[in-house]
Amino acid sequence: MKLELTRCYALAASHRLHSAHLDEAENQRIYGKCNNPYGHGHNYVVEVTVTGPVDPGTGMIAHLGDLDSYVTREIIEPFDHTYLNKDVEAFRDRVPTTENFCMEIFERLKRFPGAQLVRIRLEETGRNSFEYAGQKNGDEHD
Amino acid sequence: MVYLTRKIEFSAAHRYHNPAFSAEENRRIFGKCNNPNGHGHNYVLEVTVGGETDPRTGMVLDLKELKEILEREIMNRMDHRFLNYEVPELADQIPTCENIAALIWKLLAPKINKGRLTRVRLWESSDLYVDCYGDGAR
Repeated sequence: MKLELTRCYALAASHRLHSAHLDEAENQRIYGKCNNPYGHGHNYVVEVTVTGPVDPGTGMIAHLGDLDSYVTREIIEPFDHTYLNKDVEAFRDRVPTTENFCMEIFERLKRFPGAQLVRIRLEETGRNSFEYAGQKNGDEHD
Repeated sequence: MVYLTRKIEFSAAHRYHNPAFSAEENRRIFGKCNNPNGHGHNYVLEVTVGGETDPRTGMVLDLKELKEILEREIMNRMDHRFLNYEVPELADQIPTCENIAALIWKLLAPKINKGRLTRVRLWESSDLYVDCYGDGAR
C-alpha cells in the first residue's frame, strides 16, 4: 500500500529579487515590484511530504513529533522572520525566488532520518506555489 | 485519462494506544493522542477517480453514484463514531491518518467499477494529510 504523509508549516520572511548577473534596468524589467531595494515579505506555507513503510506498532510513517522538531530546527528557526537575502547564507549570491527557496528547503530536509522525503510544495501566496522533488540521477543542479 | 475528485467530511473520535507498549511508552510515543477518553477530528476526505469519459454521458463516473458509495462505505461506517471501538477493521490497529486512509482505499477500490480509484487524500486537520495510492505507482 503506497502512502505519503504531508505536514504543513508556516513561516514569514522577506526577500528581494535582484540578480547580480543582470543590470539595473534588466532587474527592474524582469522582477518589477519584487526588485524594490528594501525588499517585501510573504507568509510562506511549506508542505513537506514523506513516505515509507507504516510502523505496525505506531501506525505511522514518521513520528510527527520527530518531523516537527526536524523541520523546526532545519527550516523554521533559520528562515522564519528573516530577510532571506541577508540573513541566509545560501541566498547571499543566489536570487531567493520561491523556486530557489523550495529547492533549498528540499536539500535541507532530504536527510530526515525518520522517513523518505518525497517533495516540498512551497506556497508564496495563496495564488502561487512551487514543488520540488529532487533531481533525477545524472541531473544534478548547481 | 481524466480525473475527478469528490470531497466529503466526517467527524470521528480516536485514541492512540498500543497494548503491547507499557503505559509510560504509550504516553511517550503518542503524547496527547494517548488520552484514555479519546479526542476527535473533522476529517476531510478527497477521493480521486481516473478514467476515460463515457462518450454518451461525458462522465468518467456519475458523481451521484460516487456520492452514494461514499455515503454507504465511509459516512455510515465512520461519521460520528469512535473509530477504535466502532470500526472493526481498526480494532487491532492504531487509527492514525495512515491506517484510516489505507482502510478507506480498501473499502472503496472494489466498489468503484467505472474508472479506477486513483488517490485517497485524508486530511486530519488543516496542516496534516495522508495520500494513499493503493498498490499502484504514483
